[in-house]
Amino acid sequence: MLSENKKTLTNLMVPLLSVVLGLILGAVIMLGFGYDPIAGYQSMLKGALGSPFYIGETLRYASPLIIIGLGFSVANSAGFFNIGLSGQALMGWLISVWVAISLPDASAFVVLPLSVLAGILAGAVWAGIAGVLRAYFGTSEVIITIMLNYTALHLTNYLIRNVLTDSSDATSRIPEQASLRMDWLSQLAGGSRINAGVFIAIAVTILVWVFMTKTTMGYEIRAVGLNSFAAQYAGMNAKRNIILSMLISGGLAGLGGVLEGLGTFSNIFVQAGIPNIGFDGLAVALLGLSHPIGIVFSGLLFAMLKIGGASMPLGSGVPTEVVDIVIASIIFFVGANYLIRFFMKKFSRGKDVKGGVE
Amino acid sequence: MPDTANVIEMHGITKQFGSFKANDNINLTIRKGEVHALLGENGAGKSTLMNILSGLLEPTSGEIIVNGKKVNITSPSAASRLGIGMVHQHFMLVDKFTITENIILGTEKTKLGFLERRAAQKEIKELSERYGLFVDPSARVGSVSVGMQQRAEILKTLYRGNDILILDEPTAVLTPQEITELMNILKSLTDEGKSIIIITHKIEEIKQVADRCTVIRRGKSIDTVDVKQTSQQELADLMVGRSVSFKVDKKPAQPKEPVLTIKNLVVKEHRGLEAVKDLSLEIRAGEILGIAGIDGNGQSELIHAITGLTKVESGTITLEGKEIQNLPPRDITETGLGHIPEDRHKHGLILPMTLYENMALQTYYKQPFSKNGFLNKEAMKESARHLIEEYDVRTQDENNTAESLSGGNQQKAIIAREISRGPKFLIAAQPTRGLDVGAIEYIHKRLVEQRDNGKAVLLMSFELDEVMNVSDRIAVMYEGKVVGIVDPAKVTEQELGLLMAGSSLEKALGSQDGKESAHVK
Repeated sequence: MLSENKKTLTNLMVPLLSVVLGLILGAVIMLGFGYDPIAGYQSMLKGALGSPFYIGETLRYASPLIIIGLGFSVANSAGFFNIGLSGQALMGWLISVWVAISLPDASAFVVLPLSVLAGILAGAVWAGIAGVLRAYFGTSEVIITIMLNYTALHLTNYLIRNVLTDSSDATSRIPEQASLRMDWLSQLAGGSRINAGVFIAIAVTILVWVFMTKTTMGYEIRAVGLNSFAAQYAGMNAKRNIILSMLISGGLAGLGGVLEGLGTFSNIFVQAGIPNIGFDGLAVALLGLSHPIGIVFSGLLFAMLKIGGASMPLGSGVPTEVVDIVIASIIFFVGANYLIRFFMKKFSRGKDVKGGVE
Repeated sequence: MPDTANVIEMHGITKQFGSFKANDNINLTIRKGEVHALLGENGAGKSTLMNILSGLLEPTSGEIIVNGKKVNITSPSAASRLGIGMVHQHFMLVDKFTITENIILGTEKTKLGFLERRAAQKEIKELSERYGLFVDPSARVGSVSVGMQQRAEILKTLYRGNDILILDEPTAVLTPQEITELMNILKSLTDEGKSIIIITHKIEEIKQVADRCTVIRRGKSIDTVDVKQTSQQELADLMVGRSVSFKVDKKPAQPKEPVLTIKNLVVKEHRGLEAVKDLSLEIRAGEILGIAGIDGNGQSELIHAITGLTKVESGTITLEGKEIQNLPPRDITETGLGHIPEDRHKHGLILPMTLYENMALQTYYKQPFSKNGFLNKEAMKESARHLIEEYDVRTQDENNTAESLSGGNQQKAIIAREISRGPKFLIAAQPTRGLDVGAIEYIHKRLVEQRDNGKAVLLMSFELDEVMNVSDRIAVMYEGKVVGIVDPAKVTEQELGLLMAGSSLEKALGSQDGKESAHVK
């Protein structure tokens, strides 16, 4: 039995350590290719936090990641691996933009909440399909959500080309009233694309934390995830909880997509492949140990790597390909951390049982 | 006979987990060639002490002397080098390997990189003949009986040349015949000069097999006694720290109106076969109805059907005047059911959750534990603290996880949760499995107390003693049917055994004069 303090400490140490290890491996790779890792990381740091503009961009990039990561964590608490966050986010993006451009003359008070809600709903429905199939037919949510990623991708591209536009690759821009952009905020952040998504991410973090720890529904979802037999014994409705957790998970992923549509890009365009944002959100949740605070920090870290990494070719001459390898190696350790933790837990659990009282 | 040389001396062993002392200044000496029992309640610290001796845990303080030398045991392999081997309660075997492969695992001898299987097999055969440890060396572990798995575990320690064997609750998983065999094996091992430590809370077995016994209570070593000169009662009292009674103290039942009525119940098990066949039963307020039977005769399915965990094919179950068959579990619970489930880890608790969350498992959605969908954690904790106190659940506090508790305390937590809701009908399925006499006595008292408060209690147990001591009437189940209802005061164990084996009531009681006397109308 580890004491609570010691447990919290290891919980914090493991992700921190994996980030440090990732940075070291990244440095070794840069050295191997003949680039100066110190200059490289300096320009990365500068590119992520070096000016109000970069800070704004980092926060802008982190917001949907955090929300999507939270979405993953809710399904994960119920015992589901929602790997379809990308498709759900894409649906949220598509529908929110669609609603926004369909109502060019409505006031902000109507069109903004309407498009945001429609986007959330779209993500929820997309994940809900997997939830219902799982609850009533026992199908694997992993396979269904992966498949729905493709369905979302091709459906979106078809609709953009054939319905939303006349065979164009991008929709028109959303009306000003439907935008999440806030002029004062952009100006404060040196003209970056930072938008109200930042505040939405903060609010959602608090809401998810309250929901999971303070409400009966959150308690039920955790119970179902930890021991579905005991949950059934206690009269909890397993089917309802499965579907509910998937709806929330997908709704949050959809909201992440809304931020892309109404905040970052102001439109939707044909995607070459399944957007990375869902998989990054999943990694953010895993690195953040599925805990809201952890997810906020790991979301910020991911954003710093991506936004800061973009400055590395210019700032230090490290080519984009090597930057991607460096970022990937850091993310690799994030994934390995999950593995290491998995093995550590297995190992120490074996030991704990024997070492416990009895 | 044991000589007086000490093979192991443990002095002042203390093991601290956080602020909790699992072992507190424990002293233990083991003589060569003796069977030494470690007796203690669930959670007393026996396993912790043995985990220290076998190198799985390091003591916070204290010293260990093996064969006259002070040692530091840092790992199981270090323990093995000192001749100490442990057979765990949950066997450490690879199911898909053969017994030979399991025994040599970790100490494989090879020639040019190839396994010397034949030499190993020969050695294992010799060992197994020498000590009467019969195994089938080429059988896969997953396909042999639990008894043979245990013998393989013992062989594993012998194969490593260990002469101090620690057996953790060795009889918990064995059938009566296998237990007798094990006892003989232990004799032949000590005859050869091996020393054996057995961890147990079963006093009968200690009387049968052990030479000396060290009693551990709440982490402290209380006394080491000579088993021959100590009675079972004395051992039990030492273990619990007070006088315990093996007899269940109860007044005659005063049954009143029926609380649960089952009519023509049919339940299918998971393979689609009928597990409960046309069963009818009535349980009245103020009585404990025991269900006796050999495992697998439909008892679990019957209970799952009553509690709503399994679908009912046909027939009716009426609780407090309301038909409850095929209702959702919560509706049945609300109608007045308390359920102490057979498998406390699967159904009874959510092990990684805290104790207070577990204790609110059936009531979290009601006031004061929640309001408008928001939990009131303070109220949950407050209530958990009360229950912990009232039901003597031994834990640091209500924030501990359920998995950190010992089996007996986990069971007490479940009983506290189920009884405190005040259900009119209480099901206790195998409520004392794996528990020590102190806990068993406590749980039986609670069940009788419920009965005396006018509740109806259904007790399902595979332990004949338990069914006979606690119940007011016994329904014997065989192949999904109630084959007879008897009066525990008048029926003998032999008669019950015959009924459980499928004899008709007339046949089982036929040889007796008081044919109808044991039969309860």
